[in-house]
Amino acid sequence: MEPDQYEYILDHYKNPRNYGKIEGADASYEEGIPSCGDVVRIDVKLADGVIEDVRFSGTGCAISQASVSILTESVKGKSVGEILSLKDEEMLSALGKPISPVRFKCALLGVKVLKKALLAKIEP
Amino acid sequence: MERAARNKTDFDPFKLREDFPILKRRVHGKPLVYLDNAATTQKPNVVIDTLRNFYETHNSNIHRGVHTLSYESTLMYEEAHEKAARLIGAPDWRSIVFTRNATESINLVAYAWGLRNLKKDDEVLITLMEHHSNIVPWQMLRDRIGIRLNYVRVGRSGELDLDGLAGLITERTKLVSVVHASNVLGTINPVKRISDAAHRTGALVLVDAAQSVPHMPVDVSDIGCDFLAASGHKMMGPTGTGFLYGKPELLESMEPFLYGGDMIEKVTMERSTWNEIPWKFEAGTPDIGGAIALGAAVDYITALGLENVAAYEDELLGHALGRLSEHEWIKIYGHGGGERVGVISFNVEGVHPHDVAGVLDEEGIAVRSGHHCAQPLMADLGMDYAVRMSFYLYNTKEEIDLAVEAIKKAKKLFG
Repeated sequence: MEPDQYEYILDHYKNPRNYGKIEGADASYEEGIPSCGDVVRIDVKLADGVIEDVRFSGTGCAISQASVSILTESVKGKSVGEILSLKDEEMLSALGKPISPVRFKCALLGVKVLKKALLAKIEP
Repeated sequence: MERAARNKTDFDPFKLREDFPILKRRVHGKPLVYLDNAATTQKPNVVIDTLRNFYETHNSNIHRGVHTLSYESTLMYEEAHEKAARLIGAPDWRSIVFTRNATESINLVAYAWGLRNLKKDDEVLITLMEHHSNIVPWQMLRDRIGIRLNYVRVGRSGELDLDGLAGLITERTKLVSVVHASNVLGTINPVKRISDAAHRTGALVLVDAAQSVPHMPVDVSDIGCDFLAASGHKMMGPTGTGFLYGKPELLESMEPFLYGGDMIEKVTMERSTWNEIPWKFEAGTPDIGGAIALGAAVDYITALGLENVAAYEDELLGHALGRLSEHEWIKIYGHGGGERVGVISFNVEGVHPHDVAGVLDEEGIAVRSGHHCAQPLMADLGMDYAVRMSFYLYNTKEEIDLAVEAIKKAKKLFG
């Protein structure tokens, strides 16, 4: 990637959107990648099976943290079903520019955590 | 360790680079700069050719059958044990047990010696500088039989607290298991001195030599250790190769590690007796081709001279430390001036190590980022993650300069 290609990711990394926690969240999940230490926690507020609010927190590299931030911007108002059927390719293309396959697991951590939060909610 | 001056006529890194086909590769359009040698090393043609020749010409199982191929394979496989023994100064080749890697070598000692010889409240002394492979097997024994696991501390300068070590060796200490060269800091520990101290109270000594044997002369007769764990793939051998050295009388007294084919003397429906060492510990068909190719790697490095390799890597390390220290936003861990192998862990202020490694990768430069399988040490030094550069005999100062330029780029982008 060249410098300008980093801009979108860097913006989300340095100014994460929807950062924080939700008191009394309907669904929460936290998971990390043991080999590299990235951690993401996501809290979700649901209303009639639709995501009303979402917040995330965590630590890790720019790709992992920016990806969750980007994800949270796009999921509000979507149904649980829509999120669970979200494809990895959609998440990767949402980053704007192609990233190296070795970083896919960083980029996909957020969507994995969000799906697990929702799955735990619907099949406790 | 004595580091003889490098004989420059015998050792030409630019010339020997031609022996490594992978170094002609390009990554993201840039020539590969491979600086992740503490993880695994690249393989010279002679190792790849030996592997190919084995499968094309001699392939068969060992220690069974009277046919020609089996006879040849058996001789070649046994000869690989002899080469490994000579490399580390072991007088008896039967003291070499081939394993998959240094981790398996340490596990062999934990299971075959530790599980049977240690009892509740016996102490195993390790250090905070250990790779997980020399921590987790002993935690397993602590959980299973109630041994105590003690740690020697590490100072900020990256040296073991040797005064503390002396105080931690007690009458209850049955094993001191210590890393020879740190895979995070490069620190070369005084294993001969540690071995002497441990033996005074009757404790056994295991040396994890995964990062030392490939980079410097190592002699078990001089160190006096009872066990030594080594990696084959970190010294240009194929992945899936490593070995354990054990004093023959100790190996004789131990029960097997794995049970099955090739490790038995006689099997009846009721019981079995064990084959002689080292075969007692090499159950099942081993990586025959890999072991023979590891023998070729031993020949290759012996011809170059390990004292030459050590002296050259010391030059590379000095160059890299100098270049990295030019920038106050690069924090180098534990290089307090003592003896080191060619390993540097560092962080770039304000940039996550993965992002540093990611930018370097785009420039074709391979470095490791993460916890380096040494989380207790990293936590103690106040870093969870770091970038690591590690050198080998085919690296050059020019490659280090390219890496420093890429690190500057990462700082500019992310910092």
